[in-house]
Amino acid sequence: MSTYFTKEHEWVRVTGTEGVVGITDYAQHALGDVVFVELPEVGKLLTKGGEAAVVESVKAASEVFSPVSGEVLTINATVVDQPALINDSPEDGAWFFSVRLTNPAELDGLMDRAAYDAFVKSLE
Amino acid sequence: MVPDHARTPLHALHLELGAKMVPFAGYDMPVQYPEGVLAEHHHTRQAAGLFDVSHMGQAVIRGEARVAALEALLPGDLQILAEGRIRYSQLTNELGGIRDDLMITNAGDHLFLVVNAACKVADFAHLRSELKGCVLKELEDRALLALQGPQAADVLGRLSPPAAAMPFMSCLAQDIAGVPCLVSRSGYTGEDGYEISLPADRAEEFARRLLAEPEVRPIGLGARDSLRLEAGLCLYGSDIDETTTPVEAALVWSISKRRREQGGFPGAAIIQHQLREGPARLRVGIRSLDKAPARAHTQIVDGEGRVIGEVTSGGFGPSVGGPVAMGYVQSAFAVPGTSVSLMVRGTPREAVVADMPFVPHRYRKS
Repeated sequence: MSTYFTKEHEWVRVTGTEGVVGITDYAQHALGDVVFVELPEVGKLLTKGGEAAVVESVKAASEVFSPVSGEVLTINATVVDQPALINDSPEDGAWFFSVRLTNPAELDGLMDRAAYDAFVKSLE
Repeated sequence: MVPDHARTPLHALHLELGAKMVPFAGYDMPVQYPEGVLAEHHHTRQAAGLFDVSHMGQAVIRGEARVAALEALLPGDLQILAEGRIRYSQLTNELGGIRDDLMITNAGDHLFLVVNAACKVADFAHLRSELKGCVLKELEDRALLALQGPQAADVLGRLSPPAAAMPFMSCLAQDIAGVPCLVSRSGYTGEDGYEISLPADRAEEFARRLLAEPEVRPIGLGARDSLRLEAGLCLYGSDIDETTTPVEAALVWSISKRRREQGGFPGAAIIQHQLREGPARLRVGIRSLDKAPARAHTQIVDGEGRVIGEVTSGGFGPSVGGPVAMGYVQSAFAVPGTSVSLMVRGTPREAVVADMPFVPHRYRKS
């Protein structure tokens, strides 16, 4: 199991050809209090970098992009019911959806934890 | 922090309190403090929130003919405005559109105005050129703080007992904690509370004094917006502007019978026509039947998918616990209870035209 990160502050945790996707702690902090999340339908085909979900704070709506291409396998209904979980445990319990990767080679273009942490530091 | 933007007298205090700063109307302003918008919103509805609104424009008008001169520029009734009382009105243009909305206080030998930050330069230029026989003085050396919430009167009354007894929409000069303040019992949250005009060089010390009271926390522009949206109050530039009339904006309550009949303000013929015939569109409240917030510029459609209007303000209402919006619809659809759909990211979402405010006003009853 390895976790990869994007410059748009999404993460994907990969086991075999399945990935679980969410947003990072940096992302939830920048968004502020999350009050609504819209997840993709199970079975939807996502492309890397394409719009996959929407998170909304009190003030604004933000798009979440898929870090990988793949088919949506499951969605996390708990975060739909309790969007505030995204602020509480963004990189753990508040995952958004899982996908079956259609092009695992895409992972090579993503950052590992150390590279992502350095990237976030460069933004401050 | 935004370079090249103006700063209010409380700028350093905002930074010290850990505020996230954003550009707003040319100022570097606090959008939220570390507690976040939701907590700040709820705190204001439950206790007392302190807002820095020093970016807003403050001015006084002097001159014998000040009441008649200002009435020639807006539909509010200033003749019957007693000393120490405040009126909400709108500066109108020749088409009946709204140049700005503002608060006007009869301060005895002069009028005291508070106008929107983004409009203040244009407003004051307009007033200077149009107010016949009067002198307008902008009060650039004054700060403006709002203390809002059900415990605001307890807090201010503790420091200055006369403040607690003030009626809603009244104004009274008083020294509070040694600072000469002009206190208005008014606000932009739907709650009881005050707006306090005071010397800029005393503002930080005064804000610290209020923040030392256990009920008071600092509140940013984010919660200011969600509070006023739930209260059904217009945001200039979003819900009202040069293209919307006070009639379309459902602000007819702010125009007295005499002014409706006599006119005598810019755009009066158009506004009187709309009062007689009804406007083609109206500002209404809209409640979504699902959880997706509809933001400004979201299209409003009828059952056949025809566009009948547009959202002008919308978002999550923390006290409502769900999305709320306001916008303009064709008048035939303006009756509360009318079913409409909101086109959120291309998907129609069921909604219903609703009475405003979404959260009942809790102003002080006189």
